[in-house]
Amino acid sequence: MATTSKHVETKKRKTKKVGADYVAPAPWTVKHAFQHGDVFTYLSCVIFGLSNLARKQIVKGILFLAVEALYIMYMVNTGSVAIGKLISGLYGTESKQVFNSYGIPVQTAEERSVTILLYGIMAVFFTAIFIWFWTVNMRAAYKAQYLKQTTGHAPGFVEDVKDLVDGRAYVTMLFLPAAGILIFTILPLIFMISMAFTSFDNNHPSHFSWVGFENFKTVLSNNGGQVNLHTFLSVLAWTLVWAFFATFLNYFLGMFLAMVINRKTTKLKNFWRGVFSMSIAVPQFVSLLVMNQMLDSNGAVNRLLQSWGWISSPLPFFTNATWARVTVIVINLWVGIPFTIMQVTGILQNIPADLYEAAELDGANWWQQFRNITMPYMIFVTTPYLITTFTGNVNNFNVIYLLSGGQPQPVGSTAGKTDLLITWLYKLTVDQGNYNVGAVIGIFTFIVLAVVSLITYRNSGSYKNEEGFR
Amino acid sequence: MSSKDVSAGYTEKAGTGIHNAHTRRVIADVLSYILLGVLSIIWILPIVWVFLESFNKNTAPYQATFFPTQYTFDNYKQLFTDTSVMNFGSMFLRTFIIACFVCLISVAFVLLVAYCMSRMRFRFRKPFMNIVLVLGMFPSIMSVVAVYFILKAMGLTSGNWTVVALILVYSAGTGAGFYMMKGYMDTIPTSLDEAAMLDGCTRWQVFYKIILPICRPMIVYQAITGFLAPWLDFVMAKAICRTQDQYTVALGLWQMLQKEYITNWYARFAAGAVVVSIPIAILFMVMQRFYQESMAGSVKG
Repeated sequence: MATTSKHVETKKRKTKKVGADYVAPAPWTVKHAFQHGDVFTYLSCVIFGLSNLARKQIVKGILFLAVEALYIMYMVNTGSVAIGKLISGLYGTESKQVFNSYGIPVQTAEERSVTILLYGIMAVFFTAIFIWFWTVNMRAAYKAQYLKQTTGHAPGFVEDVKDLVDGRAYVTMLFLPAAGILIFTILPLIFMISMAFTSFDNNHPSHFSWVGFENFKTVLSNNGGQVNLHTFLSVLAWTLVWAFFATFLNYFLGMFLAMVINRKTTKLKNFWRGVFSMSIAVPQFVSLLVMNQMLDSNGAVNRLLQSWGWISSPLPFFTNATWARVTVIVINLWVGIPFTIMQVTGILQNIPADLYEAAELDGANWWQQFRNITMPYMIFVTTPYLITTFTGNVNNFNVIYLLSGGQPQPVGSTAGKTDLLITWLYKLTVDQGNYNVGAVIGIFTFIVLAVVSLITYRNSGSYKNEEGFR
Repeated sequence: MSSKDVSAGYTEKAGTGIHNAHTRRVIADVLSYILLGVLSIIWILPIVWVFLESFNKNTAPYQATFFPTQYTFDNYKQLFTDTSVMNFGSMFLRTFIIACFVCLISVAFVLLVAYCMSRMRFRFRKPFMNIVLVLGMFPSIMSVVAVYFILKAMGLTSGNWTVVALILVYSAGTGAGFYMMKGYMDTIPTSLDEAAMLDGCTRWQVFYKIILPICRPMIVYQAITGFLAPWLDFVMAKAICRTQDQYTVALGLWQMLQKEYITNWYARFAAGAVVVSIPIAILFMVMQRFYQESMAGSVKG
C-alpha cells in the first residue's frame, strides 16, 4: 500500500513539472482556427503565413510563404506531371530513332516506368508532407491571432527560437533523425509496396503498368507460374519451422551451457565464457563463408572424413533437402549460442540463491529445481528477448544466404529447400528482377511478423507500464 | 524398534547420502568438463583454421590436409601490395571512412531521439514510437532495391559517390534504434533535470550538460555498434556498389570466394578475414564491457 501511494505521489509531482504521458491539445487546432479565426487567419488557408505577418511575426510568416512558393514551383515544374503520369498508367516512352534538324538520326531518351513510379511517388510524398505543413501553418496562424488577442503580443522570431531550444526542443532534436527515417525507410517501403500492384517483372523490365491485385492472386493461386501458392506455403512453413528451432534450440542449449559454466564447482568460468564469445568477435559473414567452404562436397570436412575412411562418398550437406535443413539449424547453433550465453549469464546469476538452497533442503533434484525455479524466472525476464530473436530469425538473411544460398533448389522452382521468405524475396528481386511478386512476398512477411510480434509486444509488461519503476 | 536403532539408521542414511552426493558431484564435474572441452574445440576450430590458413604457403582451396603444412607471411604482403586485380587496401580505407561517419551520425541520432522519447512529452510521441515499431517489422531486404533506385535518382551511385550513399544508407535510419538508449535514460532520475531547469538550463543544455555525461557507457556501446555496421553489412553494399572499385571490405572478401577468384585468392581471403577480424574483435571486447556496465543501470548503489 505504502509503495502505491508513494508511486501516485511521484506521478502527481511529475505531472506538474514535466507532464505525464497524456498531452492536452493546445487551444490552437485547425478546427478552432476555422471556428474562431479572423480574416487573416482564414486567408492563411491560401496564403501561408499571412496571419503571422499581420501579427508582426515577420520571419515566421516569410518562412511559411517561402515553403508554399517552393511547393507550388515544384508542382508546376515537375510534380503535377509526375503525378499525372503515375495515375494515367506507368508505361512511359520507348527509345526510338528520329531525325534531328540536321537530318542526323538520334535516339530519343526513353522514359522508364521505374523512374515514373519513383518520381510520381515522391510527388505524392511531398504533397502529403505539404498537407501536413498546411495544418502546421493553420495552427500557427490561429496561435498568432489567439496570443495577440489574449496577451496583446505574438512572440517574435527570437522568442520562437528560444522556445525551440527549450520547451519544444523535440522539434529541433527530432528533425534530422525523423527526416532520415522518412527518406530512407518510409519512402523506400512505400515505393516497394507500390511495386506489388504493377507488372514490374523480368518480362517487363523497363515498361510496365498498374495491374491491381493481380500479383497477390498469382502468389495465392496454383495457376502455373513460377511463383505459386504451393511454393509460397512450403517456404512459409520452413520459415516458421526454422525460426522456431533457431530460436528455442539456441535459447535452451545456450542456457544449459551457461548453467554448466555457472556451476559452483566449475573452475575457470571466465576462460570458458571467453572461448565461446570468441566466435562473436569474428564477423558473421566471414565465419559463415568459411563454414560454407568447409562443408562443400570437396570441402575440408568431407575430405577429412573420406581420408579417414569413415565415409565413401561426400556427405550431402547442401544437396539433400533434409541434410541441408538440419545443417543450417546446427550451424546456426554455432553462431547463436555464444550470444545466448552472453545475454543469459547475468540473468541467471540474478536468481536469488536462497531459492535453490530452500529447494535443496526440500530434496528437489536438479531437474525439479530447473523446472520450478530457473525456467519460470527466465521466461518472465527474457520474453521480450525471445520475441526479438524470433522475428530476427524470420528475417535471418545472412545465415541462409551465405551458408546454403537456399540450396538445394529443385529444377523449375524459384525457391530452394532452405530458402526463407526473406532470401526468396531477395532472389526474386535482385537476382531475377521479379519485383512485383517479390514485393508481395515482402508484404506477406510483414503480416506474419506483425501478427506474431505486435500481439506479444502489446501484452508484455515493459510496453504496458513503461514508467512503472520510475 | 528402539530409538538407538532409529538414530543409527539415520546416520547410516546420511552417511551414504553424503557419499552419494560427493560421487555424484565428481561425476557431474567430470561430465561438464568433458562437455565444455569438446564444445570449446568445436567453437575454436574454425577460427584457428582461418588463422592458420592465412599463413598457408599453398594458396589453392580444397587441399588434402585439414591444416596447412607449410607456412609463410606472403599472403598478407600480397593482400596489400598486389592491387592489380583487387585493391584490398583501398577497400579497407573506404570502409574505415564510412564507418567513422556512420559512427558519429548514428550516435547523434540515437541520443537525440532517445532523449526526446525519454524526457519530453508531446502529442506525436506515442505515434512515433508505434510507427518505429511497425517499421521494424518490414523485412529490411525489401527496401534494398528501392533504396538503390532512390540513390540513383539522387545521382549517388556512380564513382566515389557510393561512399556518401553508403554513409547515408547506414546512418539515416539509425534514429529508429533508440529503444535501448531510451531504456537507459529512463533510469536517470528526472529530479536531476528538474534541478538543472530550476537553475535556468534549457532542454538542450540539460541534454548535453546532464544527460550526455551520464550516458557515457551507452554512448560507447552505440558508437561501436555504429562503427561495426559497415564492416559487417553485406546486402546493402552489394546492392549499391556495382563495380569493384566501389567495394567495401565485406564485398571484397565475398568476391574472393567466387568461382573466378577462389583458386588464387583462397589463402588471401583467410588473411583478409584475419585483418578485418582483429580490430573488430578488440572493439567487441570493449563493447561487451560497456554493455554489461550499462545493463547495470545509470545510478549505482
